[in-house]
Formats: sequence, structure tokens, C-alpha cells
Amino acid sequence: MAETPKDPTAKDPTFKDARPLPRTKPRFSATFTPDVMSEIRRAAATGIYDIRGAGAKRKLPHFDDLLFLGASISRYPLEGYRERCGTEVVLGARFASKPIHLKTPITIAGMSFGSLSAQAKEALGRGATLAGTSTTTGDGGMTQEERGHSQTLVYQYLPSRYGMNPDDLRKADAIEIVIGQGAKPGGGGMLLGQKITERVAGMRCLPPGVDQRSACRHPDWTGPDDLEIKIEELREITDGEKPIYVKVGASRPYYDTALAAKSGADVVVLDGMQGGTAATQDVFIEHVGIPILAAIRPAVQALQDLGLHRKVQLIVSGGIRSGADVAKALALGADAVAIGTAALIALGDNDPRWEADYQALGTTAGAYDDWHEGKDPAGITTQDPELAKRLDPVLAGRRLANYLAVMTLEAQTIARACGKSHLHNLEPEDLVALTIEAAAMAQVPMAGTGWIPGKTGF
Amino acid sequence: MSSYDLNQAPLRDLNRALHALRPDTNETHWTINGPDGRHAIAVGLDAPISVEIEGNVGYYCAGMNKLASVVINGNAGVGVAENMMSGFVHVRGDVSQSAGATAHGGLLVVDGNAGARCGISMKGIDIVVKGSIGHMSAFMAQAGTLTVLGDAGEALGDSLYEARLYVRGSVKSLGADCIEKEMRDEHREQLYAKLQAAGLAGEVNPSEFRRYGSARRLYHFNVDNAGAY
Ligand SMILES: Cc1cc2nc3c(=O)[nH]c(=O)nc-3n(C[C@H](O)[C@H](O)[C@H](O)COP(=O)(O)O)c2cc1C
Repeated sequence: MAETPKDPTAKDPTFKDARPLPRTKPRFSATFTPDVMSEIRRAAATGIYDIRGAGAKRKLPHFDDLLFLGASISRYPLEGYRERCGTEVVLGARFASKPIHLKTPITIAGMSFGSLSAQAKEALGRGATLAGTSTTTGDGGMTQEERGHSQTLVYQYLPSRYGMNPDDLRKADAIEIVIGQGAKPGGGGMLLGQKITERVAGMRCLPPGVDQRSACRHPDWTGPDDLEIKIEELREITDGEKPIYVKVGASRPYYDTALAAKSGADVVVLDGMQGGTAATQDVFIEHVGIPILAAIRPAVQALQDLGLHRKVQLIVSGGIRSGADVAKALALGADAVAIGTAALIALGDNDPRWEADYQALGTTAGAYDDWHEGKDPAGITTQDPELAKRLDPVLAGRRLANYLAVMTLEAQTIARACGKSHLHNLEPEDLVALTIEAAAMAQVPMAGTGWIPGKTGF
Repeated sequence: MSSYDLNQAPLRDLNRALHALRPDTNETHWTINGPDGRHAIAVGLDAPISVEIEGNVGYYCAGMNKLASVVINGNAGVGVAENMMSGFVHVRGDVSQSAGATAHGGLLVVDGNAGARCGISMKGIDIVVKGSIGHMSAFMAQAGTLTVLGDAGEALGDSLYEARLYVRGSVKSLGADCIEKEMRDEHREQLYAKLQAAGLAGEVNPSEFRRYGSARRLYHFNVDNAGAY
């Protein structure tokens, strides 16, 4: 500091500034964030990894990074209220003699009874039926509540085979062979002892109260050649009537889709890393698998290379929230989508009306993800009969139906603006990207340019 | 008595005909010729009939069986009687991997040997193997009994739940959380009943067997067991 004649310290060496010394602002590390530090302290105190529900919470390239190019001079739009924009979808016509017909391409993803209360399963069935779409069982078998209230029910065939039986298989409208899910590709299911009540334990042939760790591989087949034989067996058992889906978590979507189709699947279900789960290690949810945005184009490419696009249907999921997300997924080449988390929110999950209860659990409405503990204030991810009673399946089903109707209308709104008379006529050419990442992953140009990273010259 | 030749007519028609049988059907005995290692023969049966297969079968023969009795006069491929609910499956020869996988009930008898993962994830079935069984048998077995007159391969009963394993011969090694347990009278009685059901009463002495079951140490996540997971 330059000395000036006015500087009092220059003349008086004993001078002290009465003001406190300026201090730097407390600064948090971008690496050791408060979240990271709290996890280190939790790990150090417990010695066990963090288990939670829901999907990846980090920010990821997603459908928000894409925009539609509405029609103008070079394309003309459809009248919003007068001209038809179809939404129906047929699933499984490749081989099944009784394919599935849905009124909307938004299906309800597989969520197990056990992870969800019987009331929640019933509500999903009611809502989906009102909307003309399907629900899916989960790791734990089929309940009467769900079969009774769901007009179209997809029966999951999982590595654990909990509750798997041929009577339910015959009652189902389609069969979904689960290889993996987006929240944890390569991992098996998990349901902790708190939720293994007598009924749940009975359905799974397990002792009540144990921490259930489902198998991550199927017990009687490995690899695509065996899968083909497994599909053949399921078709033989059901006289070739039922569509057979194969569900994979997004990691190598090109090859997984190609192999599933080659093995004889009617439908491929592809779940990205934002996809919810009932309970999994946080490290698995946040670090394994790829976002759905990056997975759709390779999967569609695989089907196109085999001449099977639109013949083998592709259902995609993982973070779908709105009709815009639906329209974007379909424009990238999917035939339908599935929702898990969003459906639970529509039922009433994480609703601020239970804020006091969330606070008591050390969390807040919107952030509650300890679904494995079975204490859900909204009564959805629980087996506690008192909490489960909080969810009225009729009202919750109605909310889900409303939400599905809104999403469908939103998707139609976009499709009409792009001049499409059916949601399936949306195409990648209707899209542009806001970020380089999204442009590369979705293989559509950056907005305002013709540039698709990795495809066209710079 | 009905007979069906898989060299003459498609498998789908056979399975469909078997599925169409009512519980009170008069066509209670079926003979299937020419299986030639075909997969998914006589799957999803749901009537108290008896089916005899003359030859070797491929994967998943008698899969998801209910009520029916299926005899295979030959060897069976992967997953014979997988997810059986009830009834009886008898293989006169050897069987491949995952025999009786995830099955909830019924009785599976193998006259020869069984490959790896015999009884994997079993949920209540009784399996009797007169020969030996391969590695990783009874992996995550939840309920039911596995009786082996011969030897067991490596990692028997890994991550076992409540299934009971009776082995007369040697066990190469036990899997995580599987331990030898005391044979008490109740176990000898249970074993006797299973041997009897398999037509071995009087031929085999239950006291020559050792019993293996779950130590139940992995029933709850515990950091001190991390090495075992
Ligand atoms: C509570 C809950 C339970 C789930 N249980 C299963 C299951 O049993 N089997 C399965 O394949 N996927 C299961 N999933 C994953 C969903 O099927 C689906 O892949 C995922 O929820 C889709 O992503 P989204 O939640 O972002 O919509 C579950 C998801 C949730 C939220």
C-alpha cells in the first residue's frame, strides 16, 4: 500500500485501526460440499452405505435441454381443438396373439407391492384404468387389489421370482422380463425388514422382518441365447397370447435393445438413470447408468438396424414429468413412456400437506426419499396400516387419471403445433438442443445451427 | 391314453392341448415321443394328468407345473421343473443347471446327477437327487428341501434363507452363511418322508445324511458382515 501524507500510521507507529480486520466470507468447497460432508459423517458414524428411494438427484442432461420447432411457413400446424391428433398405441403385435391397446402412450411403471402399500397399488390401477393405460406389478408378485382395479396389467418376471406363479401369469395381460432398471442397472431389488410384514413376507416366501436382497441375475438363464429360450417358454405357457416385454436399465442401450429384440421380445422397456427405485444404495443411483436422453437414440438405432423400429415397441422411462417430456421421448423414436415417481407424486407423495410429519422425520416435503424405512407420511411407500390409510385409493386414482389426461393433452398440443396427426409422427427433425451435451446425446442440432456434435462437421 | 409325436406336430399344439384339459378330464395319460432335446415341453400344466416323455428334453421341461405328474425317460436340460407349484417331475437320467429353480412346491426326483445351481432360489419345492449336484446349488434357497444321495459341489447353500439341505456324501464347500446343523429327530423324520415320496423308503438310511441350513447372519445388513456380501 502506498504511503500518503494523510495516512496517520505514517507518523504514529503506535496507531491501531479501531475497526475489526476484514475477513474473507466463509467459503464452501465445490468438492467438499455440505452434502458431501454430511454423507462422510453419516458413513463414519454408521459403517454402512446410504440406502434411499427415488432416482438420481444430481442435475443431468435431460428433456429440458430440448425444444420443439413449431410449424410456420415451411410446415403447417393442426388446429388445436378441431383436428385429430391420435395418441393410441398398440404394444406387442410382433408375436403375441393378444396385443395390448392403450389410449395414451403413458404407462405406469412396475412398482412392487411391498415397496408400495396395497392402497397405493389400487390407486395406480384405478387411475390407469380411467386413463385407458396399463399398470405393472413389481418385485413381489401380483395383488388382488391391483389385478382387480387395473384393466390392463403387465406382470413382471424378475430375477427373484417372488410370488411368481402360473395362475397370475395367465391372469396378466402382458409379461415383462426384468433384466434391470435405470436406477441400478446390474443390481437386484432391496426391501428392508421394516417393510417385510407378514403379508409381504408370505407373498415372497421369506421370514418376516428380514432385509430382503433380491438376486440381480435370473436363476435359470444367462445371456441372449438363453433369454430367447426363456421367452419361448413363457410363450408356450401362455399359448402365445401375451406380449412379452424385456426391461433393461440404460447403460449399453444399442446392444441391449438389439439383443432383446433378437431374443424375441415384443416390446423393449428402457429405463434411464433418473428412474426411481424403492430402495437402493445412493452410490448406485447416482453413479451407475446413463440418462434416458442419451439412451433413446442408440436404442432406436438398434431397432432400425434390425428393421424392427415400430414393430418392436420401445417404452422409455426415467424422469418423465410432463407432456413435453412425453412428446420429446416420442419424437426421439420411442413408442410409449412409463412413469413411476411422477405417478407417486400425483397420488400424493411428498405433498406439503404432511410437512409437519416430514419435519419430524428430519426432512421436508419434496426431499423425502427414505422410502425403504416404510414411514411415508403420505401413506404410499409404506406397509404401516395406519399410514397407508391416509391414502384414499379412489381420490388418489382420480388425481392420477387427471394428471395422465393433462400429460396426454400437453403432448398433443405440441404434436399439433408441429403439424402431426398422431404423437408417433413426431420425429427428431422437430427438435433442437439448448446445450452441446443434449445435442450430442439426442443427436439433434444445437438450436439455431445445423450442428450435431459427432455427426456433422463443426 | 393319448400319444403325441413332436416330429409330426408342433410343440405349441401339444402345450395348448395340455392346457385345455379340464381337471376332470378323461385323457389322464399322455405319452410324448420324439422330444429330441426340444425346449419348453409340457410347460404350464394345470391338471392332475400324467405325462411321459420318451427321450431327452431341452430347457425348462415341465416349467411352472401344477398338479401334473411328468416323467422324463431321458436327460433334461436347464431349469427342469422351474417354478413348479405342485405335482411331480421325475427325470430318469441326469439334469443340467438350475433344476427346480424358484419352485414353490411339488416333488422333483432326479435319478442321475444334477448340474450347477440345483434348487437355486427354491421357494418350497422338495428336490431329491440320487446322484450328485454341482456348484452353487440352493443359492438363495428360501424354503423347501434339497436331498442329495451323492456329493455336493462348491458353495452349497450360498446366501441361504430357510430351505433345508440334506446331503449324504461330501460337500466341497459351503457358501456364505450356510452352516452344518444338527440332525434332530424332526429332521430325520422329514428326510424319511421325502425319501419315501421319492420311492426310496427302506433303501436309504436317513441317519447317513448331514443337514445344512442358514446361519441367519446375513438376515440384516451389518457392517461387520461386509466381507460376506
Ligand atoms: C417405489 C418404486 C418401486 C419400484 N419397483 C420396481 C420393481 O419392482 N421392478 C422394476 O422393474 N422397477 C421398479 N421401479 C422402477 C420403475 O419401474 C421405473 O423404472 C421408474 O420408476 C421410472 O422412472 P421414474 O420414476 O423417473 O418415472 C420402482 C420405482 C419406484 C419409484
